[in-house]
Amino acid sequence: MAPVFDYAPAPESRSVVDIAPSYGLFIDGEFTDAAGGKVFKTVSPSTEEVLSEVAEATEEDVDRAVKAARRAFEKWSALPGSERAKYLFRIARVIQERSRELAVLETLDNGKPIKETRDADLPLVAAHFFYYAGWADKLEHAGYGANPRPLGVAGQVIPWNFPLLMLAWKIAPALATGNTVVLKPAETTPLSALFFADICRQAGLPRGVVNIVTGDGRAGAALVAHPDVNKVAFTGSTAVGKEIARTVAGTRKKLTLELGGKGANIVFDDAPIDQAVEGIVNGIFFNQGQVCCAGSRLLVQESVHDELLDSLKRRLSTLRLGDPLDKNTDIGAINSAEQLARITALAEQGEAEGAERWSPACELPENGYWFAPTLFTGVTQAHTIARDEIFGPVLSVLTFRTPDEAVAKANNTPYGLSAGIWTEKGSRILAVANKLRAGVIWSNTFNKFDPTSPFGGYKESGFGREGGRHGLEAYLDV
Amino acid sequence: MSDKNEKTEKNERLSVFKTYKLYVGGKFPRSESGRVYEVTDAKGKWLANAPQSSRKDARDAVVAARKAFGAWSGATAYNRGQILYRIAEMLEGRREQYVREVGEAEGLAKAKAAAQVDAAIDRWVWYAGWTDKIAQVVGGGNPVAGPFFNLSSPEPTGVVAVLAPQESSFLGLVSVVAPVIATGNTAVVVASEKHPLPALSLGEVLATSDLPGGVVNILSGRTAEIAAPLAAHQDVNAIDLAGADEVLAKELEIAAADNLKRVLRPQPVDDWAAAPGTDRMTAFLETKTVWHPTGSLGASGSAY
Repeated sequence: MAPVFDYAPAPESRSVVDIAPSYGLFIDGEFTDAAGGKVFKTVSPSTEEVLSEVAEATEEDVDRAVKAARRAFEKWSALPGSERAKYLFRIARVIQERSRELAVLETLDNGKPIKETRDADLPLVAAHFFYYAGWADKLEHAGYGANPRPLGVAGQVIPWNFPLLMLAWKIAPALATGNTVVLKPAETTPLSALFFADICRQAGLPRGVVNIVTGDGRAGAALVAHPDVNKVAFTGSTAVGKEIARTVAGTRKKLTLELGGKGANIVFDDAPIDQAVEGIVNGIFFNQGQVCCAGSRLLVQESVHDELLDSLKRRLSTLRLGDPLDKNTDIGAINSAEQLARITALAEQGEAEGAERWSPACELPENGYWFAPTLFTGVTQAHTIARDEIFGPVLSVLTFRTPDEAVAKANNTPYGLSAGIWTEKGSRILAVANKLRAGVIWSNTFNKFDPTSPFGGYKESGFGREGGRHGLEAYLDV
Repeated sequence: MSDKNEKTEKNERLSVFKTYKLYVGGKFPRSESGRVYEVTDAKGKWLANAPQSSRKDARDAVVAARKAFGAWSGATAYNRGQILYRIAEMLEGRREQYVREVGEAEGLAKAKAAAQVDAAIDRWVWYAGWTDKIAQVVGGGNPVAGPFFNLSSPEPTGVVAVLAPQESSFLGLVSVVAPVIATGNTAVVVASEKHPLPALSLGEVLATSDLPGGVVNILSGRTAEIAAPLAAHQDVNAIDLAGADEVLAKELEIAAADNLKRVLRPQPVDDWAAAPGTDRMTAFLETKTVWHPTGSLGASGSAY
């Protein structure tokens, strides 16, 4: 049945962003071609339109970038913290000034809704630079000794789900502590990092302090393995994280890893159902579920299972999927054909293993990479969809009877990144939060982020924390 | 032969040797393998046969450490502090025994060995005082920009495999074990390969110190042989490579990557008696951050 009233389209203007037909690598303050002369295309996931061509870095380019960062390190680390702070504050301000442009750019390159880039990603990006700017001249108060020293050159490899936010999480603390940076953005979302290079130019950042090398996993591997890199920071899959840990074994490189997750969202029978439903939706459909801390396993107390599922399905039917640049859009495009194939395969496996699949009536656009919001009920712990990270808008619903059972099921995973608890009973929140083996626990809320708040995982979700005072440690010689 | 035996030649009382055993799960088993190896003093004189632990001993120790983890990590920090202090009390009472064992093991004159043992006792006292303070030092409230109560607190990472330093047989050992359990982790300790006896004797003190069985498990034998299965063990959460040389450390780090163990790499330590700092505690702590909405009392009424 067609709705009586529909939303008029509310497209965000693309004219605020000017994407060049091609981009080079950003090394030592200048854009340069890759040594091998190769380029690759970056497309808009919602239309498959080619947005631009970017240079594909070779080992030689990575080496040049590391050398530039090494040269810049001496002066940058010797600057008084108050001066570094001012550069970071400048960057934060320029990001705020250009946030609309960057939000549109990010939506085009990543496929996520403008609502999210505009209201979540960009404000957080600026906030991270503000937060760490303030630390730059206060490091002796951070609890890491009287004269905490930077490590040197930081090699950073980031994923495609939050391209600019992950850049901010990595670059802001690195610069605040006096390190210089070579960052490799993801192959499918290189553009916002290249725009960030221009922000560095506008902020007058000394050359070589930030270098951006675009390319695929080979460029990332070369960066991680480079002998003159002192610190490796990676956000991405657990499999790649393990490979990186092996690569840096036996070296002096400091390593932090922020990897996958299979977050449990636990709903007790006394939970505020409407708020829980909002939290569940936010937990797994935010950013098309392409979130490492997504609440991809819903654990519902048996007595409220049917009531909750009814509400959840009703709520899912109101989600709007489509043009990410439309301000009314809740669910945008999946980032790449490859990721779409992975989600599709895992969902099919869920069906094949006997879980019951449900999606709201949902028309998918003809072009681009799309996946309807999907629920699986009747899921058991043995199902692949309850164990493997899907990294897409797919929610597996399991049930439990007692708090102990909920905790046991929530912890029954090699991952340990996030979890949610929904109950009106304060003592239950604290008791369950205490027992969950996860780095971030949201109670009666979900997917909240803040630069002052440390984020990171237990177990195979990686080690180290990003954000807050804790985030400084990764970039200091302690 | 040791002095004890020489005395027998003068028709004095025949001394009673000690059969050194492992300390696993609060009990003192021999190695499952039935193997022992000769331990000698600094001049090459025989001191004892120490158990040469096998992979199976290492796995048994992990099972014991895992079993003990829930209760130990769940104990109050105050209680853990009391028990760590109790360990110092018990050690103080056996001070002479350890002075002799450390002196023999490391070839130290009595005064120097005594200084090592005293420092080790003081170290237990120091860490006893940390158990209920570390959370305040490394955790705290986060001032997030929104209506949320947001708290970060440290939690033990789990079962930690500890390769004790090779040279400092007792002070070095205590310096790496105490911080691991002070923070609520449980430990599988591989004693110094050449000087394992003070470590094996430490088990006797731990067993009489109210420390629950399994919180610390002590193995002796070939470091590389025991460390390999520990580094590869899927139920070990972290590894301290203090007692590994560069080649072994690299090998173990590669194995540890399989389940993303927290790795504390070998750091050169000139003087184990120097003030240790908090690094060895924080290396085996996770940070858990809990969010909750706060209510607000606005003009439009209550929102909580």
